[in-house]
Amino acid sequence: MSTNLRVKSSEFIDETIRISFKFNGKTYHGFKGDTLASALLANNIHLVGRSFKYHRPRGIMTAGSEEPNAIVQLNDKTNRTEPNARATEIEIYEGLEASSQNCWPNVDFDVGGINNAISAFLPAGFYYKTFMWPASFWEKYEYFIRQSAGLGKSPTDNDPDIYDHRHIHCDVLVVGAGISGILAAKNAAKNNLKTLLVDEKNELGGATIYQNSKFNKIDNQSSSNWVKKEIQELKNIKNLEIKTRTSVAAFHGYNYLLARENLTDHLEKKNKQGKIRQRLLKIRAKKVILATGALERPLIFNNNDRPGIMLSSAVKKYADFYGVISGKKNVFFTNNDSAYESVLCLHNKGIKVEAIIDIRENSDSKIVKAVKDAGITIHWSHTIVDTKGYKRLSSISAMKLSNDGLSVIGKSINISCDCLGVTGGWTPAVHLFTQSGGKLVFDENNKVFLPNKYPSEQLSVGSCNGDFKIKEIINNLSINLKQFLKIEKTDFDNITVESEEENSKRNIWLLPSDKPIGKTKPFVDYQNDATAKDIKLALREGFRSIEHVKRYTTTGMGTDQGKLGNMHALGIIADTAGVKMGELGTTTFRPPYTPLTFGTIVGRNVGEYFDIFRRTPMNDWQIENKAKFENVGQWKRAWYYPINDENMHKAVQRESIAARESAGILDASTLGKIDIQGSDASEFLNRVYTNAWSKLGIGKCRYGLMLNEDGMVYDDGVTTRLGENHYIMTTTTGGAANVLGKLEDYLQTEWPELDVYLTSVTDHYATASICGPNSKKILNKIIPDLDLSEENFPHMSFKNAQIGNIKCRIMRISFTGEHSYEINVQANYGKAIWEKCMEAGKEFNITPYGTETMHLLRAEKGFIIVGQDTDGTMTPIDLQMDWIVSKKKYDFIGKRSLYRSDTMKEERKQLVGLLTDDPNIVLEEGAQIVSELNQSPVNMLGHVTSSYYSPNLKKSIALAVVRSGKNMMGKKLFIPMMDKNINVTVANPIFFDTENKRLNA
Amino acid sequence: MFIINCPYCGERDQQEFKAGGEAHIERPKQPSELSDDEWAEYLFMRKNIKGVQFERWNHAHGCRKWFNMARDTSNDEIKLIYKMGEKPPSE
Repeated sequence: MSTNLRVKSSEFIDETIRISFKFNGKTYHGFKGDTLASALLANNIHLVGRSFKYHRPRGIMTAGSEEPNAIVQLNDKTNRTEPNARATEIEIYEGLEASSQNCWPNVDFDVGGINNAISAFLPAGFYYKTFMWPASFWEKYEYFIRQSAGLGKSPTDNDPDIYDHRHIHCDVLVVGAGISGILAAKNAAKNNLKTLLVDEKNELGGATIYQNSKFNKIDNQSSSNWVKKEIQELKNIKNLEIKTRTSVAAFHGYNYLLARENLTDHLEKKNKQGKIRQRLLKIRAKKVILATGALERPLIFNNNDRPGIMLSSAVKKYADFYGVISGKKNVFFTNNDSAYESVLCLHNKGIKVEAIIDIRENSDSKIVKAVKDAGITIHWSHTIVDTKGYKRLSSISAMKLSNDGLSVIGKSINISCDCLGVTGGWTPAVHLFTQSGGKLVFDENNKVFLPNKYPSEQLSVGSCNGDFKIKEIINNLSINLKQFLKIEKTDFDNITVESEEENSKRNIWLLPSDKPIGKTKPFVDYQNDATAKDIKLALREGFRSIEHVKRYTTTGMGTDQGKLGNMHALGIIADTAGVKMGELGTTTFRPPYTPLTFGTIVGRNVGEYFDIFRRTPMNDWQIENKAKFENVGQWKRAWYYPINDENMHKAVQRESIAARESAGILDASTLGKIDIQGSDASEFLNRVYTNAWSKLGIGKCRYGLMLNEDGMVYDDGVTTRLGENHYIMTTTTGGAANVLGKLEDYLQTEWPELDVYLTSVTDHYATASICGPNSKKILNKIIPDLDLSEENFPHMSFKNAQIGNIKCRIMRISFTGEHSYEINVQANYGKAIWEKCMEAGKEFNITPYGTETMHLLRAEKGFIIVGQDTDGTMTPIDLQMDWIVSKKKYDFIGKRSLYRSDTMKEERKQLVGLLTDDPNIVLEEGAQIVSELNQSPVNMLGHVTSSYYSPNLKKSIALAVVRSGKNMMGKKLFIPMMDKNINVTVANPIFFDTENKRLNA
Repeated sequence: MFIINCPYCGERDQQEFKAGGEAHIERPKQPSELSDDEWAEYLFMRKNIKGVQFERWNHAHGCRKWFNMARDTSNDEIKLIYKMGEKPPSE
């Protein structure tokens, strides 16, 4: 299209830099400074997308982040693609590709448009009502709904960009750099307060920067010139940091705010590479000043959504700021004076304004007089009853309003036009204020919700506080700022300000049409296609709470979160239900204010930085020896050590046989280790473990079970008495931190009288555990002078020793049932000791084994793993470990709970062994157990907790928890699987070496 | 995200702390003397009120000390922080 819609060069647009971009595959040009929206309008493109439900053609409505319609897919089919980007916020760059969403095959011809024709059959709650039955049809419906629903496509490849997080602490945070924000930030910083000023746009100055009205003057200059001077001055102020393209997403309690700083989205591809795309700012401010401005409201009338229908202020911004006209034949529709500013702006540029439709009876403000003097027709007391033009507005028809505003009278006037500027007044942007916990009050006079009670050190200034005229803004700002910042004076205490005083308006939330409401489409939520009649229907069907009406009609649930239409929805509900808006309240404003990318939220915590991980001192050796790893808590533990192309099963079978037939070695460094000292250490252990500790000799080890106060097994491990008042406790790998926390809790809060000191030493020691019949010979080779005789160093005892110059603690303890030793050394010697063991064990074919073999070996012995065979619902009695519960001790954590009627029930799930009738079938862990196969409902007795093929027993073995399992020894049960039923027999959970002969072999 | 004034370390971000439930529930000295109902009262019953609530907090990523907090659950205002063993404020 050759039409030139650039009216005059704008100081904000650099016409010397031409930028080409693609929209729906076609190349267009814009200039540096354009947004995608302004560049499209300059190319006479209004039709940008289709609506969500009816697939109605939609165009650009606004010039800001509140845009509901003009949302596009950016850079489709690349790994940088992004859905739901607002064309009004995208700064164009060379090579930008944008495309319409929510339409197929294309925006001009969209098959889904048929939904518009059948819209009478798609009322609010349609999907809820229709697809409920028959239930079996859901799978069929779902396919079609998924095909036609959704806004845009998410990327399928990894995000190539880098994101970052940054913490900022400041005295004053100012959100919004319009006139109020600029003045607030300047005066805060000048008073020695460390100040941060953020704005979502790339330019400071808000709407004032392009205001050129002769009716607004500050210090005898036009308000725009005055603000420009102020902005210049800002740049020289110390203490002031300014961040543009930075949108505050969330305002939490204690003045903690999250903001997204956009760093590269406006750059062309080659300049994005290697740079941080977006940064999440985590701001902690002593004081927060919200200067978030106000959003213009539309009016709700029949067919108010056609491309070409825009907010009046947007028409003005495109003309004044971007130098682009949105239409050649303009009509304005208003209930207040602000449309007249837009009218004068166009008129002064020589652009035709056909007429103004004003629902008020009259206004004699200066600006209205100026418009009258310009000879522009004003239809007072009129409302638009319909609009025409499918893909672009072509005409409107208006009729006279009745006195009560509920109906229309007389003959309709038709006016042909291609752009309609609409204004229904202004809504203060109180989103952040309410997110922070602030309470609103409804101003009946201006029909706005205003900040009332501040929950923290914060202040709302300017139009977000209901001050719309420059004079009120500056006067109130001066008073409030001095009080809030506790300063004597501001720079603008005595400045002269002239602005329009007149503020007449007539508010009608839903404008009448000559047609019955059922035949009209007055859109309230443009993005979600919720109309006024949907809201009325919801009320007729009995919904009263605004939160329910919102969810039923989906009003305000789009990506724009209803920034434009929410007030009207509330107004229509209040009018229809006959309640006051102040009593009705608002729906909850939730973060984020504008959508955040996932990248920004996760920042650097992706890939290997997703979570921290811990490695043992032997980790390098394990990597060199091709170990496979598994994550246990945050630890990387060697899982198994495949030789050649062994799979896990083969490797584990080989490792298991070696450990029992000759020697195996396990890295046990990850077990939690807590050093316990103090004169009451023995008493403390008595209270935290179920068994007795007072009589444990120095140099001896004992296995302990720790319960929660509810009697359920919490952790287990071996604790060794190193000295009279000195113990070292081991915990499970995953439970280490929690056990320490729990012990500290009891010591500090319940038993502060005990003289006990706890120190976590998990990371300070490395542990190599050697096991098997040859382990003794290997240890003897390493420490020849240590007497390993049964008399000197029996099972469950401990020795201090030295390997060369390295001090070590050796415990003769076993988790495999084999004769074994745990060698603990200072962590940095871990790898050296490990290698020494490997060397000494070479002649015995010492075999490194991982966690999987460890699990298999202990299962052969029926040793539990807390967290695998227990799940926080198992008592020691359930585990058939009655032997470890002291009957003599007066008390220990969890003791009383073991005598509750519930924990003493016979039919609790209890740990048993299971053997499959076919020894080659290995059960699935988690499989359910039943006693009868053809039962309905199925009586599930329990499940398999551990299951392996034991190479030492040459059969499959399993541990399981089974209701009343203790009394089922020898009973036949069934495990129903998808394809077969497996026959099993309840057995003793100790499958191997029941007499523990091998421990001393 | 609160700012919590740890009685041992001073003001720190909430991220450093762990909440530990209702405060001033003392572990019975003689559990075996209690009936099932009395034990259940200690073990399970916790208040969850709108308004000022007494809570235990732990400076888990700091000094690891436990302390008490009086917090208004309706607006997260921390009214008072006091050490373990100290009596709760009367109002």
